[in-house]
Amino acid sequence: MAFISSGYNPEKPMENRITDIGPRKYDEFYPPVIAKNKGKWLYHEYLQPGVLVHVAESGDELYTVRCGGARLMTTTHIREICEIADKHCGGYFRFTTRNNIEFLLDSKAKVKPLLDDLAGRKFKGGSFKFPVGGTGAGVSNIVHTQGWIHCHTPATDASGPVKAVMDELFADFQQHRMPAHVRVSLACCLNMCGAVHCSDIAILGYHRKPPMLDHEYLDKMCEIPLAIAACPTAAIKPAKVEVKGEKLNSVAVNNERCMYCGNCYTMCPSMPLADTEGDGIVIMAGGKVSNRISAPKFSKVVVAFIPNEAPRWPQTAKVIKGMIEAYAKDAQKYERLGDWAERIGWERFFEKCELDFTHHLIDDFRDPAYYTWRQTTQFKF
Amino acid sequence: MAKHKTPLLDQLESGPWPSFVSDLKQQAEKRAKNVEGIEFQIPVDVVDDLLGLLELSFKQGRTHWKHGGIVGVFGYGGGVIGRYCDQPQMFPGVAHFHTMRVAQPGGKFYTSEYLRQLCDIWDLRGSGITNMHGSTGDIIFLGTTTPQLEEIFFELTHNMNQDLGGSGSNLRTPADCIGQARCEYACYDTQDLCYDLTNEYQDELHRPAFPYKFKFKFDGCPNCCVASIARADMSFIGTWKDDIKIDQKAVQAYIGGELVPNGGAHSGRDWGKFDIQKEVIGLCPTGCMVMDGKTLKINNRECTRCMHCINVMPRALRIGNERGLSILAGAKAPILDGAQMGTLIVPFIEAEAPYTKIKETVIEPIWDWWMEEGKNRERLGELMKRQGLQKVIEVLGVDPDPRMVQEPRSNPYIFWKEDEVPGGFERDINEFRKHHLR
Repeated sequence: MAFISSGYNPEKPMENRITDIGPRKYDEFYPPVIAKNKGKWLYHEYLQPGVLVHVAESGDELYTVRCGGARLMTTTHIREICEIADKHCGGYFRFTTRNNIEFLLDSKAKVKPLLDDLAGRKFKGGSFKFPVGGTGAGVSNIVHTQGWIHCHTPATDASGPVKAVMDELFADFQQHRMPAHVRVSLACCLNMCGAVHCSDIAILGYHRKPPMLDHEYLDKMCEIPLAIAACPTAAIKPAKVEVKGEKLNSVAVNNERCMYCGNCYTMCPSMPLADTEGDGIVIMAGGKVSNRISAPKFSKVVVAFIPNEAPRWPQTAKVIKGMIEAYAKDAQKYERLGDWAERIGWERFFEKCELDFTHHLIDDFRDPAYYTWRQTTQFKF
Repeated sequence: MAKHKTPLLDQLESGPWPSFVSDLKQQAEKRAKNVEGIEFQIPVDVVDDLLGLLELSFKQGRTHWKHGGIVGVFGYGGGVIGRYCDQPQMFPGVAHFHTMRVAQPGGKFYTSEYLRQLCDIWDLRGSGITNMHGSTGDIIFLGTTTPQLEEIFFELTHNMNQDLGGSGSNLRTPADCIGQARCEYACYDTQDLCYDLTNEYQDELHRPAFPYKFKFKFDGCPNCCVASIARADMSFIGTWKDDIKIDQKAVQAYIGGELVPNGGAHSGRDWGKFDIQKEVIGLCPTGCMVMDGKTLKINNRECTRCMHCINVMPRALRIGNERGLSILAGAKAPILDGAQMGTLIVPFIEAEAPYTKIKETVIEPIWDWWMEEGKNRERLGELMKRQGLQKVIEVLGVDPDPRMVQEPRSNPYIFWKEDEVPGGFERDINEFRKHHLR
């Protein structure tokens, strides 16, 4: 392959350099009906799962068709989205925060042809390319991180478990039968570059073994003081070690104090944590970010560990499906999963979701842990 | 014929949900055929090797990506994340596989014309694999080699008027909800404020000068669709001060069943006839609503704007007219000391362009304090925890407000300032002993 220059001259990097111009301005991409009615919308309705209408003061209507998407997406797939948008809605579309694709149409007559078109598009392997849904009191798309596809610290994959779990929850992506909306998220390690700590259900990759120490290279690869300072539990201290008769500066880890956060590994590549048996998934539940009715709240750990069962993570999918079914059966209208758990009590939550309560689920991390223990005689038998 | 056998990944092609494996395979096939005769600037089999590497991870349960390397474009300290595979001999196509973050447009609105241009650059100079979008909000280009970084940056800036996003210890690419573009709940123009601040603080975004990462997120109302309250170091959440506007006729239409509650969000099940007492008034967290005969009354002074009644009856109830936003600070995911929710530091501020008050009285004083006092890799929320909300109030130069706390302290361990106590802390022990013998 011959190198094709963009025009950039490496000898003179500052020549004609353009910097600090930021993103393209939002309104360059508004469809005309949005440009005209921005800030003047009256109300919206879900016509069916995945199809919304927004009505403006002017009487104009905007129809949105929402489709699920894998956030890991190739240019081939993006070009297909562009082709659909050109065909049905003047080339205008958007993505949601939860990696859904939204086609934006300016008349009702355009909705059905688009839906028919989307329904017929499948990948060679048989899955839908553009399943319509993800609205209202249902299960929307799972937001997630990179996992094994592109990250150096994951304790699980991201795209794999998401595909497996969404296959399991697919019917509820296309229905409105939940008491309130259900938000599922996945972060493949504790860093949570996708913040999952306030989700109805969170899938979290977690390591369970302290770092290995690559003594021979550690002092060459890392700033030892930074690795020591990175540890939130002060489990790392400097150490002299002997490797092949040579005395080397390195570190020692107090395994009992390690919480496997991987923060040391972020600072020092000679302290890897990844392990086939050690790594797996923690399930958390009951968080939310909305201020609706109750305040936003954190998700709580409800399953301490599920092994990585590639390629389809059957236990993870089963536990999540079980929780969602118990919630759907028992919760009141408008009640989020966490509000339901609090109303019935966590003792009932474990019973109804058929989950074991193990010692791992009792908080023992620093002061705030005390306040999560029961400090009343009010509990249920 | 696929380059690597992927029996485990193949099992993710079945089932209804869009399969990323099928998508990667169609991309690998397209590159191999290369019908358009593109002069690929990185290995043609990059996607095949990615599938092969991922299959190995699926087999072993471990990642094969090395720690990042220091790569980037000249003059920027962010926007590019170096990535190398730890089995380059087996998978040479992904030996170098760097990420580029491309700053997304507000509301993630696109035209096909713009995205095709992006695809053209990325097919020529990268793997053609993306995230639409990354967790922070950027368009993510996954996988290119070091020599292509400047070329891509040059083409983005020169041909597409498009810049990179943030990474590292700097301002991360700000993200917003759909806001007034399509939502009747939006209390301010999230896209405009997001765009304005993104441009105002380009230097902070591209050149790491902060103790750690810093995120701005913009939610138009307390429903918080972009989760700013849970994950932004500074979150801007729309709100209003005056009365919820009521259309009594529409209230009756909901009661009578002519209008469906919550916009039809519960259409998949028979929840029975709409009961305003049970579904709206009874669920109001402050109990500030009542039906007086056929009139719905709201004691707006007691309302905390949770959005429930408006969400349930959007055609009867509308947000007030005196609009602005609340600013919360300090949210973050669990690393290191546990997750934190944002804390309310500004109950109400106007949100009109050019947003001078927001910049000069909130953002910049907070940044100055954090840059002065924050330790290496200390998020704003951790500094707040270490130095206290009192310090934030001092930095902002505002009066303490009970709105900023959930409850007053339940311990009396107040750190009095010396000038708050008459006579100060310096005393004469001998004078004291005249009255109190040893």
